[in-house]
Amino acid sequence: MSSVLYDVPGPKARRVSLIGSVIGVVLIAALLAWAIMTLAQQGIFQAQRWAIFGQADVWSLIASGIGATLAAAAIAAVIAFPLGLLLCLMRISDVAWIRIPTRIVLEFLRGMPVVLMMLFVLLVFATSSFIAVVAGLVLYNAAIFAEIIRAGIQSLPRGQREAGLAIGLTSFQSRLTIELPQAVRRMLPSLVAQLVVLLKDTSLGYIVAYAELLRAVQVMADFLGPQFLFPVFFVAAAIYIAINLAVSRLAIWIERRGSKKAAGGVAKAPTAGVSTVVK
Amino acid sequence: MDVIIESLPQYWDGFLRTLFLAAVSGIIALVAGTLLAAARVSPVAALRGFSMAYVEVVRNTPLTIAFFFAAVVLPRLGVTFQQFEVAAIIALSAYTAAFIAEAVRSGVNSVPVGQAEAARSIGMKFGQVLSLIILPQALRTVIPPMINILIALVKNSSVAGAFYVLELFGYGKQLANDHGDAVMWVLVGVAFFYLLITVPLGYLAHQVERKVAIAR
Repeated sequence: MSSVLYDVPGPKARRVSLIGSVIGVVLIAALLAWAIMTLAQQGIFQAQRWAIFGQADVWSLIASGIGATLAAAAIAAVIAFPLGLLLCLMRISDVAWIRIPTRIVLEFLRGMPVVLMMLFVLLVFATSSFIAVVAGLVLYNAAIFAEIIRAGIQSLPRGQREAGLAIGLTSFQSRLTIELPQAVRRMLPSLVAQLVVLLKDTSLGYIVAYAELLRAVQVMADFLGPQFLFPVFFVAAAIYIAINLAVSRLAIWIERRGSKKAAGGVAKAPTAGVSTVVK
Repeated sequence: MDVIIESLPQYWDGFLRTLFLAAVSGIIALVAGTLLAAARVSPVAALRGFSMAYVEVVRNTPLTIAFFFAAVVLPRLGVTFQQFEVAAIIALSAYTAAFIAEAVRSGVNSVPVGQAEAARSIGMKFGQVLSLIILPQALRTVIPPMINILIALVKNSSVAGAFYVLELFGYGKQLANDHGDAVMWVLVGVAFFYLLITVPLGYLAHQVERKVAIAR
């Protein structure tokens, strides 16, 4: 598309664009330099501040933080997916007294901040912060999974369901054996993209005092002294972003691979990977 | 139940602050996101690269990390905010802009190629093609996903409540501390006010989408 928007740049346009690029790069470099200078004035780059990463204790704390983050995300994902399937089936049920209450519940879950659900579980049920984090993530993401899969089922050709009913399957059998498998496959990129959101949302555990990566940073800064806050934060943030980038890449890879292999192709991941499905 | 009625002034104050945060960040993000999307399809390689890198990194950064940076790390480095709302707005709009940029870009891609070809063939330049022909059509198709991004923004603003900003979630935490015996009702009240914003917005997105679907 972009190539249609403008002519192949001629020598003059190339020169202008090159000059512009150089100015832009210089500006960004200047900004970075200013930031680094400011940090240096605070003594951020003194070797002893970074020497803590030579200590095994620091790494074991970081590792336990990563472990807690991944554990919460993995357990939440494993519970949320089947629950999402169930909610989806209930949401498109033929029986009104199942369909309508489910719809209200889904609207409710999708309209609330995840962190509020975590706090609710934590305070009202007086659970451990781990359970609060997992419960908050499960409730929210199950609702999103349900909506994604519902969008997948609706995008299937109508003949699929008609054929299922025609060979004598009940409505529920047709949903379960004909439509759901295809819908899940079609929506795989969106589902994996939602996993990135889920992984990102585990960082909300910090707010309900769950001992995840960000909390580990706080603990280390409190323990080692505030001058180590920046180095530890820097490393933890880099790890967080690296993990998320890896999962995002996986989603893109599945999308490309799927579009070659799946018979009907796969639906694209939602633009921006936002946790909301348009429907 | 009485707690909710008793604390209505706090809820109202928090509700207004949530709306304020979301509205200001939303407007900044819409403008910045559209500019980022324009940079992404522009002929200048450096702009394309910058936009791509920004969107990729920001989309994969948890918002909590951004807030932690602004609230805990920056003061350590000597940068303090008179009002933490300012930091919250910067974090929220920088975060949301990346998602808006992606939505607008997908909208640009959805405009038929012939539109741009026709515009260029009558002698329009890149800026004209984009601002007069492509973007008006692109923005139209991406209104529903944009509204969904704004809904996410409203919900994300709750993270600000965990870092010194007294919006809905912030008041919710405070009230839950003050009324240990009625925590459930306090939080149900908070949830109600969030739904008061998100559910109508979701309904709006649905309606707009149906209209756009018919128009196309």
